[in-house]
Amino acid sequence: MRSAGKILKYELSNVFRSRWIPAYALLLLLLTDALFRFGGGGERAVLSLLNVVLVFVPLVSLVFGTMYLYNAREFIELLLAQPVGRAAIFTGLYGGLTLPLAAAFAIGVGAPFVYHRASATAAVAILLVTGVLLTAGFVAIAFCIAAWVQDRAKGLGLAILLWLLGTVVYDGAVLLVVMVFGDYPLETPMLLLTLLNPIDLGRVLMLLRLDIAALMGYTGAVFERFFGGPLGMVAAVAALLGWVALPLVLGLRRFRTRDF
Amino acid sequence: MTVPAIALSGVTKRFGALTVLRSVDLDITAGRATAIVGPNAAGKSTLIRAVLGLTRPDAGRISVEGVPLNGHWDYRRRIGYMPQAACFPENLSGREVIAMLRDLRGRGAPTDEELIASFGLASELDKKVRTLSGGTRQKLNAVIALLFQPSILILDEPTAGLDPVASGILKEKILRLRHAGVSVVLTSHVMSDLEELADDIVVLLEGRVEYQGAISDLARLTGLAGLEKAIASLMLRGRSGA
Repeated sequence: MRSAGKILKYELSNVFRSRWIPAYALLLLLLTDALFRFGGGGERAVLSLLNVVLVFVPLVSLVFGTMYLYNAREFIELLLAQPVGRAAIFTGLYGGLTLPLAAAFAIGVGAPFVYHRASATAAVAILLVTGVLLTAGFVAIAFCIAAWVQDRAKGLGLAILLWLLGTVVYDGAVLLVVMVFGDYPLETPMLLLTLLNPIDLGRVLMLLRLDIAALMGYTGAVFERFFGGPLGMVAAVAALLGWVALPLVLGLRRFRTRDF
Repeated sequence: MTVPAIALSGVTKRFGALTVLRSVDLDITAGRATAIVGPNAAGKSTLIRAVLGLTRPDAGRISVEGVPLNGHWDYRRRIGYMPQAACFPENLSGREVIAMLRDLRGRGAPTDEELIASFGLASELDKKVRTLSGGTRQKLNAVIALLFQPSILILDEPTAGLDPVASGILKEKILRLRHAGVSVVLTSHVMSDLEELADDIVVLLEGRVEYQGAISDLARLTGLAGLEKAIASLMLRGRSGA
């Protein structure tokens, strides 16, 4: 894995110098700052930001991730012609994009909380961790798509479709399940459904931290019992990490054997 | 008998319904320059990619300097590869790209300052790759391929995109390496390049080896003067025979 570290080192300096990373950080910074100035500070700002983070971060990570790997195709071929293993190239490139994107997110969202001296430290910490994990997860999903789908238009289309599924369709489907099976005990299936969608997972974590779980009714109480305790936190973070590892492993499996 | 630089036996490669290489048997002699020619889509690039491990054959065996390709990548230490189109991380400078590849190779081979100087590349190496012209990138590509004193040099259309001066410098460099014992494999559509650089020629037609031998024997075989006519007649013969 020494080669992966070397590729990572150079990719980091490549990606950090790209115009998109500072633009992304600046956009998040302006947005967070605006929410602070006009929407009140502290937890209210965190709550408003939450929706932005849950929608925007996965979209940016998916689009950047797929385009990055498709655009790097010739460069990957050059690397493949060197005495380097494919796993090192894949993981090196993955780290090379994920770390700058996560750093841009953390700076863009975190800085206004620091200079506005916000008090909601725990909530901000959870927001930052959620955003970083979502970045890592969705870049991994993007890499998995780009490894499997050779055609870049199809790959990008699939990425956007997945984003729509995760942000919009999934919640609708869950609501439908609740409506149809409302007469049955749904707590455990709902918990499972939440663990299966990283975006929902981020939302639940944050809402519980903000003590507004009661708004979510009976299910909210179940969630609070589960996610509020140490076991729940561990399960949630583990599920989010699973969303990083699973697509990475699947993508790497394909990357190792595919033709270039 | 000396070990061939590259040996293929029964190499077949399909992309879906399309068979690109059909049971190719080929020995590329060490220490000579071999040109692989053929019409578009004859399988030249796929053959090179299979040797580099970019593409995995469906059947057959490939060995490089006697070492069979078995999924391990160490043999690539001996290969310098110049792809047709160079693409580097666009925000790195040429010098950083060279440093990265040197890091990956883990060798302290000195940069070919002479080649850099003769290409007039020195001042360009500190600029970001994004700002370099296509020809300058191709020069950088050549410098990288020659950087690690490879024993096999694989060049895919090496002079495409280079101006006549740079093209001449590169060809001279290739010839010098070839005289120093480096095995050279190249593809090109430019007949004068082939005449200047190649000792042997391999004509690929629809994924099969139509001719393999010394370039000087080709004219005798076809009874035609001039390399272009001889190759064209082979291609036509193969097509009508197919």
